[in-house]
Amino acid sequence: MNQFITAVLTSLSSGAIYALMSISLVLVWRSTRVVNFAQAGQAVFTTFIGYEVTIRTGSYWVGLFVAVICGGLVGAIIDRFFMRPIFKRVKSGPIVMIAPVVATLGLLGLIQSVIGFIWGFNYVSIEAPVSTQGYKLFGTVVAFSPFNLMVLIVVTIAMLLLTLLFQKTNIGLALRASAFSPEIARLSGIKVDAVRTLGWAIAGAAGGLAGMLYVPGSYLHPNAMDVLLIFGFIAAVIGGLDSLFGAVAGAMVLGFAINFAASYVSYKLVFTTAFALLIIVLLVKPNGLFSSSKGRKD
Amino acid sequence: MSLIVDNLTIDHGAIRAINNVSFKVPKNKLTAIIGANGAGKTTLLRTLSGLKEPESGSATWNGESILNRRTEDLARSGIMHVSDGKSVISELTVRDNLALSGLWRKDKKDVSNATNEVIEIFPILGQRLGQISGSLSGGERQMLAIGRALIARPKLLLLDEPSLGLAPLIIGQIFQTIKSLVTKMDLTVVLVEQNAVGALKIADEGVVLNLGSVVAVGSADTLLSDPVVRSAYLGF
Repeated sequence: MNQFITAVLTSLSSGAIYALMSISLVLVWRSTRVVNFAQAGQAVFTTFIGYEVTIRTGSYWVGLFVAVICGGLVGAIIDRFFMRPIFKRVKSGPIVMIAPVVATLGLLGLIQSVIGFIWGFNYVSIEAPVSTQGYKLFGTVVAFSPFNLMVLIVVTIAMLLLTLLFQKTNIGLALRASAFSPEIARLSGIKVDAVRTLGWAIAGAAGGLAGMLYVPGSYLHPNAMDVLLIFGFIAAVIGGLDSLFGAVAGAMVLGFAINFAASYVSYKLVFTTAFALLIIVLLVKPNGLFSSSKGRKD
Repeated sequence: MSLIVDNLTIDHGAIRAINNVSFKVPKNKLTAIIGANGAGKTTLLRTLSGLKEPESGSATWNGESILNRRTEDLARSGIMHVSDGKSVISELTVRDNLALSGLWRKDKKDVSNATNEVIEIFPILGQRLGQISGSLSGGERQMLAIGRALIARPKLLLLDEPSLGLAPLIIGQIFQTIKSLVTKMDLTVVLVEQNAVGALKIADEGVVLNLGSVVAVGSADTLLSDPVVRSAYLGF
């Protein structure tokens, strides 16, 4: 029973972090049709800033706040000064589809090199603000800690805020309209370029938050988010790539699959399970488990 | 206040879609631009609303150039383009689609008034506010597209093939509503149509396009009764 409860709780906690990364990828994909590989680099960069602030102020929460804000700024800057010029310059030919994606790959390498130059390639850690020791359940210590609980709560709050933003505000409506039909949005007077930059900023902020929640249970180095990027991407594909609800649901499916495989079979099966799940979904339901062509409102 | 198009030339890929076209759209009138498929009507309208760049020539509204400007800036300055294909965002509700053109407007009270006026003009939209737009019929989608444009309180309304794919009865209703908007909403309307006879019947002025060139200009009545225009371009 303990094993089952632990697997459920750790699935929720890790699924929550994958969800943040998945959302940051989906937000960019649905507004610009670009798979943003640079997201891993952006998240590491802003997490390093958060790490630096945490050390200097002694407060994880100040570090987290700064990382989220910087994540937003970096996302906005990348769109405004890097992606938008690429979209304007590359207008025809086969390069149109691939240029922005390759650009994000190049950006990923560039950001990771810059991080290595500034902070070095060593592993560092950020101390969690609450205990990372597992709770005691029926006399046994389980692999779910107060920090894992905190991650769940913070991600739930972030999801609620994002839902409110998208569903209840004018900015959210502009974001949705610009994603679904940029041309009609423009014809309606919406400044789609600015709205897209905002989408990149929100994605960057979500990535920064994911990094600050991921690292205390792991280590920080220039490639620290590569695995998270892969899991976020798999979650996004499972969820249907276009839907924020799908991104969260896909992340939870992935979190449960990985943690149950690790808990009941072997931890060596983590990547096997993740990629097997991805391939099965692509073969059986290539548009994702939670995609819907009509009626989507998120 | 009028729309003046002068020697406008537009390419569509390798094809010259519009070739040295000139015409004038008078204020508070309904001008129909008619022509067969491939005449360059849609390309012309997309250029006037900033969705496409021209090769040469000019187009002014109220004395100001409208070419090579951002679509959203033109929309905010009162030039609203309702593109073909029932331009609504299928994934959004009717209410959200209508709200789009009011998002950037500062006078929220007038946005609310304009929304009420649109619902008065198209009562069916009022009954469908919470419905996903993708589930509307073709006629309802067209009403929604026009309604959304009206909420911005435009001065110049560019309509691209509003009759496309609609049943004859619905086309009649939509055309009559478009005609009534000119006075009701103080509008200048450019109506691009393949349905030449239907468009000229409600229009004040007409421009006949053929293979990217203007072949006839005049009052709608004159064009309708001109035997040459009738046999060559109106099909009767």
